[in-house]
Amino acid sequence: MALLDLSALNPHLRRVPAWLVYGVLALPAPWLLYLGVTGGLGVEPIKALEHELGIWALWLLIAGLTVTPLRRHAGVNLLKFRRALGLMAFYYVALHLATWLLLDVQILSQIWADIVKRPYITVGMAGFLLMLPLVATSNSRAIRALGPRWRALHRLTYGVALLGALHFVMLRKGLQVEPLLYMCAVAGLLLLRLPGRRRVQRFA
Amino acid sequence: MSRRWNNDLTPGDVTAETLFLNRRQLMTGAGALGIAGGLAAPARAEELEPNSFEDITNYCNYYEFGTGKDDPAKYADALTTEPWTVQIDGLVEKPGDYALTDLVGQMDLEERIYRFRCVEAWSMVVPWQGFELADLLDMVGVEPEARYVAFETALRPEEMPGVRYPVLEWPYVEGLRLDEARHPLTILATGLYGKPLPNQNGAPIRLVVPWKYGFKSIKSVVRITLTDTQPPTAWNKANPREYGFFSNVNPTVDHPRWSQATERRLGGGLFSRRQDTLMFNGYEEVAALYDGMDLAKDF
Repeated sequence: MALLDLSALNPHLRRVPAWLVYGVLALPAPWLLYLGVTGGLGVEPIKALEHELGIWALWLLIAGLTVTPLRRHAGVNLLKFRRALGLMAFYYVALHLATWLLLDVQILSQIWADIVKRPYITVGMAGFLLMLPLVATSNSRAIRALGPRWRALHRLTYGVALLGALHFVMLRKGLQVEPLLYMCAVAGLLLLRLPGRRRVQRFA
Repeated sequence: MSRRWNNDLTPGDVTAETLFLNRRQLMTGAGALGIAGGLAAPARAEELEPNSFEDITNYCNYYEFGTGKDDPAKYADALTTEPWTVQIDGLVEKPGDYALTDLVGQMDLEERIYRFRCVEAWSMVVPWQGFELADLLDMVGVEPEARYVAFETALRPEEMPGVRYPVLEWPYVEGLRLDEARHPLTILATGLYGKPLPNQNGAPIRLVVPWKYGFKSIKSVVRITLTDTQPPTAWNKANPREYGFFSNVNPTVDHPRWSQATERRLGGGLFSRRQDTLMFNGYEEVAALYDGMDLAKDF
């Protein structure tokens, strides 16, 4: 039962090719790199680039989590774009990690020490590792081969999004508002999926 | 008035050629130690090329104006810094509300080019103008029982958008042991780059303790209290496991969430490398203050 009927959008959405979504979502990364090289990211461009790439990853993870609730509660069908959202989230996570490794820390011994010793980095790395099986199975052949197990496997995205938001909350000094808003967004979108909640919606 | 160090330079000289800066740095180091002749190695001094005015004024932690590094530059304009009164109380002979203009008028203003190391593992070099805190303490007269100095930042909800959020307990408070406060390196700054201190950097008057992490150098001070007990400090109250009372720069004691062994000197661009963090941020002359203390425990 839709809370808000936006299904009129569906015919327009159907006409948007998925490749266009990949292309548009890929653009901010080179743009950010360009800004970083030319001084457009401020005094501390390394941290700024790292942060911006991380935020893009979180946005896309959250966008991916809205696909199902939007379909259920607003009648909008964005299923066609969900793979693009997920894969592009990984694109930003991978670039975020590469920025940390190559530009930020740079020191090999310290990288491993940080992963093991610093909880927020452990959490971030766990999120990255959880994404790897999802990326490897984000193709039609894997969906066919795995059958119902594919859906179960891809519930890992819930964990990835939670770890991503937690990583953001933990890395800031003090309990800051902005990362908590991301955490609330992820938690809210996951709560919408609780079976009890769904039943209530269905019977309402 | 100290007369420990005489400034024959005009503020315009801050941007003068490197050699000149080096020479002055030597003088500052010697002056700060209160002895003739330079102890600071010229090699060290050569590193002390100040960051640009733009760097220093656009990358700030001043949570009363927001937690973003550019928030203070955006919002601190709203802070009224004139008139400004500093309340000095506690174990002092002449407590009272001191008008800042009167107070600064009685002090010897001098230039100090200091390394500034943030607990977040970035650093800058800042050309401050200010006076030694010891001179102010001498002026108001410290009672013999006093052991600590407590500081408090202005709390103006109508001018400070950041204090709506309980990121820290407001007002921001800091503290030093009396011997730390009296050390010649410890200054109250009223300007940088020869200009009045910009609001985002803690106008009109802030503490600068160059051998401690930046958050100890409390901004926009409205109250200075001499006490016989260790005063509470804002970050220590927020997270005692991560931020100690002393918070001396120490490459061997990591922050629980990141290493303090290295730092990034800001201003080097996207491909700048980290550099080693120095004990006491390179100000080894303060080591004697901590003789016999375990700095891993009293971090």
